[in-house]
Amino acid sequence: MHSDRASLGLKIAAVGGLLFLHLPILLIFLYAFTTEDKSYQFPPPGLTTQWFGVAWNREDIWPPLYLSLSVATIATFIAMILGTLVSAAMARTSFFGREQISLLIILPIALPGVITGMSLRSAFSIMDIPFSTWTIILGHATFCIVIVYNNAVARFRRLSGGILEASADLGANSFQTFRYVLLPNLGTALLAGGMLAFALSFDEVIVTTFTAGQQSTLPIWMLQELVRPRQRPVTNVVAIVVFTATFIPILIAYYLTRSGSETAGAGK
Amino acid sequence: MTSAPAILPERGIADRLTAIFWRHPRLLLFVLLTPPLLWLGVVYLGSLLALLLQSFYSIDDFSGVVKEEFTLKTYAELFRAQNLDIILRTLLMSAAVTIGCAIIAFPIAYFAARFARGRWKAVFYLGVMLPLWSSYLVKVYAWKLILAKEGIITWAAEGVGLSMILNAILAIPGIGGNSLSTSPMGTFIVFVYVWLPYMILPMQASLERVPNSMLEASADLGASKAQTFRTVILPLAMPGMIAGSIFTFSLTMGDYIIPQIVGTSARFIGLAVYQLQGTAGNIPLAAAFAVVPIIIMLIYLTIAKRKGAFDAL
Repeated sequence: MHSDRASLGLKIAAVGGLLFLHLPILLIFLYAFTTEDKSYQFPPPGLTTQWFGVAWNREDIWPPLYLSLSVATIATFIAMILGTLVSAAMARTSFFGREQISLLIILPIALPGVITGMSLRSAFSIMDIPFSTWTIILGHATFCIVIVYNNAVARFRRLSGGILEASADLGANSFQTFRYVLLPNLGTALLAGGMLAFALSFDEVIVTTFTAGQQSTLPIWMLQELVRPRQRPVTNVVAIVVFTATFIPILIAYYLTRSGSETAGAGK
Repeated sequence: MTSAPAILPERGIADRLTAIFWRHPRLLLFVLLTPPLLWLGVVYLGSLLALLLQSFYSIDDFSGVVKEEFTLKTYAELFRAQNLDIILRTLLMSAAVTIGCAIIAFPIAYFAARFARGRWKAVFYLGVMLPLWSSYLVKVYAWKLILAKEGIITWAAEGVGLSMILNAILAIPGIGGNSLSTSPMGTFIVFVYVWLPYMILPMQASLERVPNSMLEASADLGASKAQTFRTVILPLAMPGMIAGSIFTFSLTMGDYIIPQIVGTSARFIGLAVYQLQGTAGNIPLAAAFAVVPIIIMLIYLTIAKRKGAFDAL
């Protein structure tokens, strides 16, 4: 017999699954306050806020933080331009090779990061390109394009073609239509895509280890601490910084696209 | 009759370009697509080709310098016992993680798709999206804390008197170890945790498309709940499950951070690639190793496509 209420077992399994996804992250916040600095002892023997001050004064954290921020900003900027262009082309028209192009855009994120990373590493090695901030950005921008593209193309599809024709009928040229009609409508979707791309880039570690050379982004700094722990509580504080730097853009992106789905669909 | 023209006079270069684009839509398409395709074509496809090229080079055994001549020697090295071990271990782990994810993901996806309404729908959506997007490294780190010998699991097991069971699991050869954070079991748990959202989302999408009327028809025809589940819901959820498995399988296969931080020092494909290109300086063999997941994924994707998994993405 089929009933419209979920059984107790299903409810427990579903809610339990959600808790399984969230509780581990909360633990990071607790550990940032522990007084124990030699092991991962639970429960913490005592609580203190001193590690935030210690982390603030650690000079080896600031350069990686700056590098991560600048890489994420530039990579997001490049991805937003390229992603918007390709979504504008793919949204309405059908043309020869369209399927192949959509595969090409998705490939950098569909294949494991180690392949993207190793590919770039091989290319740099063959062409004798020295590692620099730009080699990191090159990799990041490549896999960020798909994030912007996904957000923008979804909005393009919901956008009624009628408003573009109306704009043309009223005498606007393509650039005016873009500036006054298209951009305001795409705005939140692009911003959301940009936020997600920023979060992805800020946090990326797998591709970066292949393209960074001697430089450290914040995730690489953290990875080194994980493999060879030096001062565990400082790592806990950095973990919170990394988590917040990715969490806030994601939340903003969610709220941007949630309200957008109602307004953007108004044309239809 | 007035003589006002139906066409507005041109106001400059922008208008002229608009007219050209209107008459030649292909030109606009060309202008839009050139920069992104140039970037992806040169940076990404170029790099993939470089990877292939490198994998056909070899390293000189004596000088350690890369010989830029075409050879299959490097690929032959993949078939050495120790390298085959790495590939086999990676495949086994990927398969186990995929199955583990599918089992845990199903109730979440099923509940979210069929029973969650209004506020709960949003809770489930955000509840899956946030862990999906939030920092990968922080998630792995959290599990290092949890699985540590002095960590929360050992503490909780002692608290409820289950230390015996924990120790019994750790004593199992093959998956156990000194503590959870240094055992293959620990690696498996972290993999399942990190890739779980990638399984839930496509699964939920395919479950949402199962029409209610089919379940009612199944009940009307006298099927029990278990029968409906086995013969109606599960087959219809299959494309979503396969779509999710593409992610969990591929991501596990390529990951090298998790086995490095949680688990034994046994190597996986990703770790082998990383170590070979770094400390060992053997870029050709690293490239050849990286080609292995590409080939496996191509085979996997061909099968998935036949099963209709791409409609569920």
